[in-house]
Amino acid sequence: VMNDIVTTMFNKKFMEELFKPQELYSKKALRTVYDRLAHASIMRLNQASMDKLYDLMTMAFKYQVLLCPRPKDILLVTFNHLDAIKDFVRDSPGILNQVDETFRQLIETYSCLSAGEFQLIRQTLLIFFQDMHIRVSIFLKDKVQNSNGRFVLPISGPVPWGTEVPGLIRMFNRSGDEVKRTEFTTDGNYVTPQREGSFDLYGDRVLKLGTNMYSVTRPVETHMSGSSKSLAAHAKENIAPNPLAKEELNLLARLLGGLEIKKPGGSETGFRLNLFTTDEEEEHAALTRPEELSYKVINIEATQEPGRRAELSRILGELEVAEPRPGSPGKGAALLALMDGL
Amino acid sequence: GPRRMYRKEKSIQLKSGSAALYNNLSVLRLPGRQLACFSAVHGPSLSVVSAAADGLGFSHRQLQAKEGGMAVSTSVLTQAAWCVLPSRVLLVLTSQKGIQMYESDGSIMVYWHALDITEHPPAQAVFARGIAAAGGRFVCVGTSSGLVLVFDIPPKGTNITVSEVLEQHRDAITDIAAELGQAPDGAGDLVTADDAGTLCVWSTGEEFALLSKIPAFGFTCSSVKLWNGIVAAGYGNGQIRLYEAATGLLRAEVNAHARWIYALDVAPQTGKLLSGAEDSFVHVWKLSRNPDTEDVEIEHCHAECVTDTQVCGARFCDPEGNSFAVTGYDLSEIFRYSRA
Repeated sequence: VMNDIVTTMFNKKFMEELFKPQELYSKKALRTVYDRLAHASIMRLNQASMDKLYDLMTMAFKYQVLLCPRPKDILLVTFNHLDAIKDFVRDSPGILNQVDETFRQLIETYSCLSAGEFQLIRQTLLIFFQDMHIRVSIFLKDKVQNSNGRFVLPISGPVPWGTEVPGLIRMFNRSGDEVKRTEFTTDGNYVTPQREGSFDLYGDRVLKLGTNMYSVTRPVETHMSGSSKSLAAHAKENIAPNPLAKEELNLLARLLGGLEIKKPGGSETGFRLNLFTTDEEEEHAALTRPEELSYKVINIEATQEPGRRAELSRILGELEVAEPRPGSPGKGAALLALMDGL
Repeated sequence: GPRRMYRKEKSIQLKSGSAALYNNLSVLRLPGRQLACFSAVHGPSLSVVSAAADGLGFSHRQLQAKEGGMAVSTSVLTQAAWCVLPSRVLLVLTSQKGIQMYESDGSIMVYWHALDITEHPPAQAVFARGIAAAGGRFVCVGTSSGLVLVFDIPPKGTNITVSEVLEQHRDAITDIAAELGQAPDGAGDLVTADDAGTLCVWSTGEEFALLSKIPAFGFTCSSVKLWNGIVAAGYGNGQIRLYEAATGLLRAEVNAHARWIYALDVAPQTGKLLSGAEDSFVHVWKLSRNPDTEDVEIEHCHAECVTDTQVCGARFCDPEGNSFAVTGYDLSEIFRYSRA
């Protein structure tokens, strides 16, 4: 499963599309691509589990982007993701090579960006994540998120590389000599950082953001109640007729063209992943998910062009694949294996 | 411990959280009408709130970013600011598509300027950012290619024209500020800042003249203010630096914040300086000039920790600096503080 997902994600055609300079995808477009990626192996998820997986991914990534000490550190976060992925496929040199190729492309494309440009990327990503406050058990437990869904922002620890610990004021005369020096104090408790993370293909990233949250067994619950009212402003985006449908569909067609769906069958046993403790709980979650938090995958019927419609039907086609035979491996094991990928 | 200088007041509720953008709060005082207006950008829309002085009445309005000619993608606002001119007040919005100017209450759009996409290199972000009223007659707006557009504003009506384009910056403009106090001779009355951290000081008029250029030192200048010939600049490494506007000389360096500074403001009648950053802190400082040595001095007055909030906007609400307001990323309220 791991090999299939990684192979699909890092295939050349898909990566080529991703690296083209473009606007940030809409939430609907991103969710559609995500659904597609999640079906790149024989594993299947029901709507409720898919929603929960997406919620976890979204909130985790929001956390990582928000807490980056420097805007450039979003690249280090990405490198942490890739380092972990390379470890999962370390026994498959072919797939490892694909990931390394993407790594090189990232270094080539982004290493020369200025801090201001990275901040613009970060600000754009933060607009995407605005008003999302789904509570994630593992974050609540680790006191990384408050019960109101806001992330905890520490006012202690190392300052970002390149920043001085706050406190010193220096004043200079017209000749440039320092003539006065004073200090101020705050409740913050900052220290100088020890070293900078590596932006090379291999190296110590130093930054922990983006490393495996689930390297130790952890709960995966998420909590909706109380999150819904802050999403009211975004409800309009999902329900109102989308004038961008055509542009988005073109984008999706190009992106998804590179993603092959895998159909279970023949000698391969498929399995269904359930992120809840029982099937009944999963069903219940699907029925009780607040309207504002439902992710509406792009409706291809929205397009009027018959030719485009047919092509998309072919590509998107069977998101509803036939249910594989029941007989999933122990829920705990499958869950942990999959969660390691976040 | 020592008595704190400011205390928290009742917040103003917003319909949605503020975007993580530089200088994301503008405040307009209408003392004659006992009203204060606040605006903060939320993405494709701007929230405008009018608050009565007694703190009891609020009215809300939302303005949308205008789409380009062909609606191929939604536009996102980058900034909004009230521009106070002698004869009128305009509410100016900058976005990825261009510049929108409204009457001060946001009721009528009086001018639209579309950004020329072809002026920018391909695959680069295109947007307008940085807004200031200048010289009693102009509104200056920056662009992502480093240009500063100077708009000539008539006392009333919609006949707004581009009077000049300033081409000294090579990186995206971040902020623009006009002299808020009394400029000493030769000090200029406008400062522009960019992504690389370069600052330009100008004198405004029929033709703008560049007076000095303050070089970058490796960090973005995200917010800038000009008061009594002193340039106050906030940087991505958390430092505030003070320069002489006339000469460009560095006069003070403050290790003010542990993260990227997002907003600065000055209270013109007292020289109080306000700074807000991603580190959750808002600081109040006092700027002054030693009358004997003419040295610029800055002292720390007050630190406010806005718990679990990356501050993106901070403004004084009165010219003495007795009160200020703060916005934060994802925060759906405007926090207010006043002298204890």
